[in-house]
Amino acid sequence: MKIKIFFITFLLISNLCFAMNDVVDQNQIHKNLRCLVCQGQSISDSNSDFAQTIKLVVKDLIAQGKSEDEIYSFMAEKYGEWIVYKPQLNSQNLILWIFPYITLIVGGYVIFYLVRKKTKKV
Amino acid sequence: MQKTVKFLILLTFLFLIIVFYLSLGKDNSYNTENLIGKKIELIYFESFDNNDTLNTLDFKKNNLTLINFWASWCGPCRVEHPILMKLSSEKNLKLVGVNFKDNKQQAKTFLGDLGNPYDFLAKDSNGKQSINFGIYGIPESILINNELKIIKKFIGPLNKEDYKTILAYVK
Repeated sequence: MKIKIFFITFLLISNLCFAMNDVVDQNQIHKNLRCLVCQGQSISDSNSDFAQTIKLVVKDLIAQGKSEDEIYSFMAEKYGEWIVYKPQLNSQNLILWIFPYITLIVGGYVIFYLVRKKTKKV
Repeated sequence: MQKTVKFLILLTFLFLIIVFYLSLGKDNSYNTENLIGKKIELIYFESFDNNDTLNTLDFKKNNLTLINFWASWCGPCRVEHPILMKLSSEKNLKLVGVNFKDNKQQAKTFLGDLGNPYDFLAKDSNGKQSINFGIYGIPESILINNELKIIKKFIGPLNKEDYKTILAYVK
């Protein structure tokens, strides 16, 4: 039991450490930005002129100490939300964000109910 | 309970149908129209041929400024150039040309052949400045007022209709 508690605590702490890690991953940002002049490519995948310029600007913004979210906000401000693959939470896409959780809770409840009903019958 | 499950399944299908209906009916072609009305916080341009600079305060002095991104290698820039030449005679409009990722000598030849309509000619050698204006291809022109608000964006070469639109703002 003690070993289990140790492992769970270890995993939680290591996750927390990762979350607290402030290093901005340039490649991750490139992957999450859409190349607006390409067909279904991210900035990371593309060698277009536009992608090259965006990469330079991302590098500059990181050097200025901007966080990943601040960089996405900057790009969204200049090119609209479309440039970011992972949409930011706002009133327009709220349902998109909460729907999976609602489905999970409702689905979980339904499964729980059906299993309990079946068990009672047996 | 069975009724509830049926209701939930029906609700899910209804939700999916609504989502598909709304999404498929939406125009997905990208444009930067949503930038109209937004303010550009910081502007800084370096001159094309000397050490002069153009900053936010300089733009605040002009009622209207048309910032035109162009290059000598860009065919459509050649097409829109006569419109820019006509606009250069407008006193209430300042024209700022931004030479985008270009060869300096070829840019000079371009302006030598077709004329220089710009009140200030800036350079954007690596394209970084263009990102500040939401540019994703050239030619693009942005009409801003003295509060640095984007009034209109012209994506692609300026045409006669655009010329009339700009004049309507100027006069």
